[in-house]
Amino acid sequence: MKAEFTIPVVTNIPTIPSVVDGTMAHSRPFVAKSDHQSALGFPEELVEDWHDRALEKMKELLGKYRSLQVFMDSCVKCGACTDKCHYFLGTSDPKNMPVARQDLMRKVYRRYFTFAGKYFPWLVGAIDLTREVLEDWYSYYHQCSECRRCSVYCPYGIDTAEITMAGREILASVGIGQKYSNEIIGKVFKIGNNLGLPEPAMADTLLDLEEEIKEDTDIDVRLPLDDADAEVLLVTPSADFFAEPHVDGLIGYAKVFHQAGIPWTLSSHASEAANFGLFIGNDESMQKVAMRIREAALELGVKRIIVGECGHAWRVAYSYWNTLIGPFDFLDPNYPAPQHICEATYDLIEAGALKFDKEQNDDKVVTFHDSCNVSRGSRMGNVPGGQFIIPRALIKASCNHFIDMREDSIREGTYCCGGGGGLLTDDLTELRVKGALPRVQALHEVIEQYQVTHMAAICAICKSQFTKVLPFYSLGMDMIISVHQLVGDALVMGREQ
Amino acid sequence: MSIVTYLYAGAFYFATLILVLGVTRKIVIYARTPAPYKIPTTPAPTTKLGVVGRMFRETVLFESLFKASKWTWIFGWIFHFALLIVVIRHLRYFTEPVWVWVTILSPYGVYAGWAMLFGLSGLWGRRFFVDRVRYISAPSDHLMLILLLAIVSTGLMMKYVWHTDIVAVKAFFLGLMRFDLTPLPSDPLLLIHLGLVVVLMTIFPVSKLLHAPGVFFSPTRNQVDNSREFGHQGIQSS
Repeated sequence: MKAEFTIPVVTNIPTIPSVVDGTMAHSRPFVAKSDHQSALGFPEELVEDWHDRALEKMKELLGKYRSLQVFMDSCVKCGACTDKCHYFLGTSDPKNMPVARQDLMRKVYRRYFTFAGKYFPWLVGAIDLTREVLEDWYSYYHQCSECRRCSVYCPYGIDTAEITMAGREILASVGIGQKYSNEIIGKVFKIGNNLGLPEPAMADTLLDLEEEIKEDTDIDVRLPLDDADAEVLLVTPSADFFAEPHVDGLIGYAKVFHQAGIPWTLSSHASEAANFGLFIGNDESMQKVAMRIREAALELGVKRIIVGECGHAWRVAYSYWNTLIGPFDFLDPNYPAPQHICEATYDLIEAGALKFDKEQNDDKVVTFHDSCNVSRGSRMGNVPGGQFIIPRALIKASCNHFIDMREDSIREGTYCCGGGGGLLTDDLTELRVKGALPRVQALHEVIEQYQVTHMAAICAICKSQFTKVLPFYSLGMDMIISVHQLVGDALVMGREQ
Repeated sequence: MSIVTYLYAGAFYFATLILVLGVTRKIVIYARTPAPYKIPTTPAPTTKLGVVGRMFRETVLFESLFKASKWTWIFGWIFHFALLIVVIRHLRYFTEPVWVWVTILSPYGVYAGWAMLFGLSGLWGRRFFVDRVRYISAPSDHLMLILLLAIVSTGLMMKYVWHTDIVAVKAFFLGLMRFDLTPLPSDPLLLIHLGLVVVLMTIFPVSKLLHAPGVFFSPTRNQVDNSREFGHQGIQSS
């Protein structure tokens, strides 16, 4: 793969790079155009009184989120987080150390909101809010994938994601939004999903998939759309309708529902599980995007909502939905609301409702990439850490050959794929490739040692990101697959004789 | 009574007022600021009792720091634990009769003084020798360590080199607490030691020392992971 930047070298022993100032200062995503901004209620371009409005917004957010207020005050600069961010490990840029990323805002916070910063700015490193500072914010708050890995290691639980979200919200509110995220949120408002896929196209796609499954298995597996008789509403990232390897995951869900005899449906109104409102830290957008799902569930009269393989969507669903669009008292209380597709499949396996022919996956040696938002921002099942157990149980139920990567690179310590948090855009390719280094490193180790052939994931962003960046490291783009592809391929279809 | 006694008495009253009011004000702000979403760093406890356990491990054992960096953990934990013992030893200047458990623990306070010196030196060394930590250190980060090192050093020197009249010191502090002043010995080391403590108390509410109350309000650590079971409307969310 050719690149206009240096691709990091995958070494045998992972190393912490020395600090090299400013290596990624040039990295910034395209700025949102005026119509992307106005669709979300943001000013169309940089406002004249940006200085005052940015500080006003910061004050508002400090009063709105305890996290931000406590995190601004609590950091002691101990350095525990400094070697934990995949973007720092991949770029050596010190401003990609979580504490330094936080400090971009903390320096301004101190200057305008604390005694020490007001009267002794030089002492505590407080600085004025200038255009240069704003530019730095734009650059480096778009070099954070909000993966929360740093928050695991911080002795005060400081979560840089919260600060990045606040930073982006402030930037957008003075007119400097990010094109990729804001444009996509606008599409959800207008059409209903991130891809801008209208209902007829969606219906066609689902018909095609039904035919494909029929050809493969000779069984009529349905992918219903807006079916009012359904018990289950499945909301899944729209990439599942279109992109490889995502679509094989969707086929897997359909096979599971078919085999378990669960009447389910997709919705054309809520045809998107992803919620980029989280990424830009904007409550109103996040709520508006999520509300479509509540509306669809009520209109279709379903009893359960199940969420497909999507990392941040699951975090929003699991942790935020109740605040945003709850309560879910209209759903069947016998099932968790919402439920993850992996939980649903796992419960069916436990109940003996699904049979597997693991040999169907004998051509693969599989490892599992824990997605950041699932691992550190949510749960599955009823025990802490169920989000690590359940997807692995699904893989083991459908594959004979499974091997985990290095311990500090999985579970709660998992490395982000490098494309999360609203950074999955071609204008950030360099950042995405470099940010994938720690994951690729760990993957490389299990390839060398155990001849791993595939890495399974339960996140649309992870899947798209790895498809794009693995070739930069001379690995096949088709190494990355959906967990429910493995499930679907090994699932024994049809009724028992 | 000397002017020094009045000066130090006034300074301690002032510093105590700033410390108590300043930290209380911050705690009120933290407590009143809403936490609208469930954001515990998972895996997280699913019960309140579990959260108490997590908080205990975090504040007593520094669990997250242990996961992050063994060196920082060793220096940081030794410093904080030793500080606790030293503070306990100093309680004898403020109680009459001295509480029994303070009497029992007091002898260890001397070793703890040396341990603080060790821990603080290690933490300061990291600010010079680890390039990442050097990069993030502001002048105040160095000064805070210098301040603490100076307090510890003057304390140890009074123990081993130039003694002071600790009976008079105790009388001074008991007097302060009863608003009944008695003379403070004017040994230079004692005055430096106490002066620096006044500075530490005064800057507490406007410095990074706020990490002490802050950790208890950190939503990623103090929230129960039960959003699906009980919901979360963000009104109260500890």
